[in-house]
Amino acid sequence: MKVFVCIKQVPGVAEVKIDVTTGKLIREGVPSIINPVDKHAIELALQIKEEQGAEVIALSMGPPQAEEALREALAMGVDKAYLLTDKEFAGADTLATSYTLALAIRKILQESEKNEKYLVICGLQAIDGDTAQVGPELAEELNIPQITYVQKIEFKGDKIIAESALRQDEVMVMETRLPALITVLKEINIPRFPTLIGIVDAYEKKEVVYLDTRQLNADKRKIGLTGSQTQVWKIFVPQQKGEHIKLSGSVKEMVKQLCQYLKEDKIL
Amino acid sequence: MGIKINKDLCTGCQSCLSVCNYGGITIINNVAAITDECTLCGACVEACPVGAIEIEMEEIATEGVDVSQYRGVWIIGEHYNNKIQNVVYQMVGKGRELADKLQVNLTVVLLGSKLEEELKELSQYGVDEIIYVKSPILKDYCTELYVNILTDLINKHKPEIVLIGATPIGRDFAPRISKRLNTGLTADCTGLDIDTKTRNLLLQTRPTWGGRIMATIRTPHSRPQMSTVRPGMFKIPEKIEKQPQIKKIEMDINEKDIITKIVKIIKKEKKQINLEDAEIIVAGGRGVGSKENWKIIEELAKKLNAEVAGSRVAVELGWIDQDRQVGQTGKSVAPKLYIACGISGAIQHRVGIQCSDIIVAINKDPNAAIFEMAHYGIVGDLHKVVPALIEELKRLKSEEELKK
Repeated sequence: MKVFVCIKQVPGVAEVKIDVTTGKLIREGVPSIINPVDKHAIELALQIKEEQGAEVIALSMGPPQAEEALREALAMGVDKAYLLTDKEFAGADTLATSYTLALAIRKILQESEKNEKYLVICGLQAIDGDTAQVGPELAEELNIPQITYVQKIEFKGDKIIAESALRQDEVMVMETRLPALITVLKEINIPRFPTLIGIVDAYEKKEVVYLDTRQLNADKRKIGLTGSQTQVWKIFVPQQKGEHIKLSGSVKEMVKQLCQYLKEDKIL
Repeated sequence: MGIKINKDLCTGCQSCLSVCNYGGITIINNVAAITDECTLCGACVEACPVGAIEIEMEEIATEGVDVSQYRGVWIIGEHYNNKIQNVVYQMVGKGRELADKLQVNLTVVLLGSKLEEELKELSQYGVDEIIYVKSPILKDYCTELYVNILTDLINKHKPEIVLIGATPIGRDFAPRISKRLNTGLTADCTGLDIDTKTRNLLLQTRPTWGGRIMATIRTPHSRPQMSTVRPGMFKIPEKIEKQPQIKKIEMDINEKDIITKIVKIIKKEKKQINLEDAEIIVAGGRGVGSKENWKIIEELAKKLNAEVAGSRVAVELGWIDQDRQVGQTGKSVAPKLYIACGISGAIQHRVGIQCSDIIVAINKDPNAAIFEMAHYGIVGDLHKVVPALIEELKRLKSEEELKK
């Protein structure tokens, strides 16, 4: 069995601060990281490998610097890593990204033994785009079933049984067969840290294979900006609406004023 | 294709550097230059004060998609235990506005098994048409069936806009439909409008970068234009007298044909109203200080008949459950009143409350970021302010009772 993990390198957005006066992002010194929930996807793949044997393959599409993210995945214990990088991939929306990832998965499957079963694992969503679309679109492109929002998974032969948080007040237990794609939540596990040996191996024994448009035999109408059906038309910093009143006086006075205002606003 | 910099116009002012999230632009010899990290997101184009940056787009070959054939606004209705979700009514309000601008019909599509009663309710909100696909098997959600049935319906009726609630379920099936139709899908929209000046394109605005940036996205060359819509963003419209046309399609579906099945559904114990639907929310953060002190937050909430919520810190410290967390990694809320007690207002938290009608902040630090967005700010110790507020509310209530 092969387990594919799709990861994304993102700027460590939690550490990004905003310049209060200009409202702009302060990017200096912000490191690039593996998208946080993708680490849980890697952990799950490694646990599957340990429990029942599988080859774990990490994939990422991005600029050459995304190799760092794949090296980190290798250090955690991933067997092979592929970086899908090409200037022509730039500007891809989720449609173009899922097309490109699917090409790589198909290529790797074609080069391995016939009819090998496989599972694709993605993190639910990336912290920069927050779309959660690449996973399901990749499943559609590969024409395989999906279970999203997975918080627990079990194998039963060729079948997987997954607990999904698709509903707020319920756990939906779902069953499907391999090959399949799942997207996972942080709750599924706690990702391991790379060991020292793992880090050494990641740089000395393992390699990150680069794949470009030509190697993937990609249809240029389906990749990058050209293959994207959504276009960013405008980008702006959100504006605050309404006026801001700071109340003053003693605690009692301030509280009285507040209730008065809330009455005027017809809330109380 | 790519970003082009007009070296004659560029003043080297660096405005572009601060908006680029990827390190995709740099200044060399006082002129901006694009690096390998550029993702063509276009943020620098907007930021340039002198118009020196341009994004070049090749005209995309649109294979066989004649956009003029597509007409009408569709909403896909999610339901749960035979009850149509609030987000559907919210989308009906917005969808009506869009349909009126385009002078087209507004249609709600529902896949279910026993929704007759609910259709009566939905019929009162100004919808032109309801398409109800009925089968016992559609009682519960199923990805494959939703994708297959909805794709077929869209191909047949060709709506120009399809709106889907950005709930987990909506976000599960919408991407597969967009992929199958090879059309654009914009996630988690908080604003929708029609650009009547141009070609009546749908303008889809959504927060990105954890809400630090808003992006308006268009789908110019493919149809339908698909969006998932964040719950709680739009108001449920007033009821009006207008009877929609109801098209019922009875479907015979064989359970054996379904690959992914629901094995069972485990109910989680539910005690509170969903935060997203709450009218008043009282939230606490680090400033509350301890689990013991948390009681005053709960007491204030009780007095106001409000829901209790917390910042990420409050959740991490175990003062309140994870599903009560407000902010980027928690819930986005849109109550009439949000009272933030001892919450400093990190950007991740502010993103989650920006749709509140009125925000009240109580914090002892006068420089706390929460005051930037609070409509009413009280600088003071919440341990004194909150009890005083509870007292005042009690006093007001007894005053009212006396009047009666």
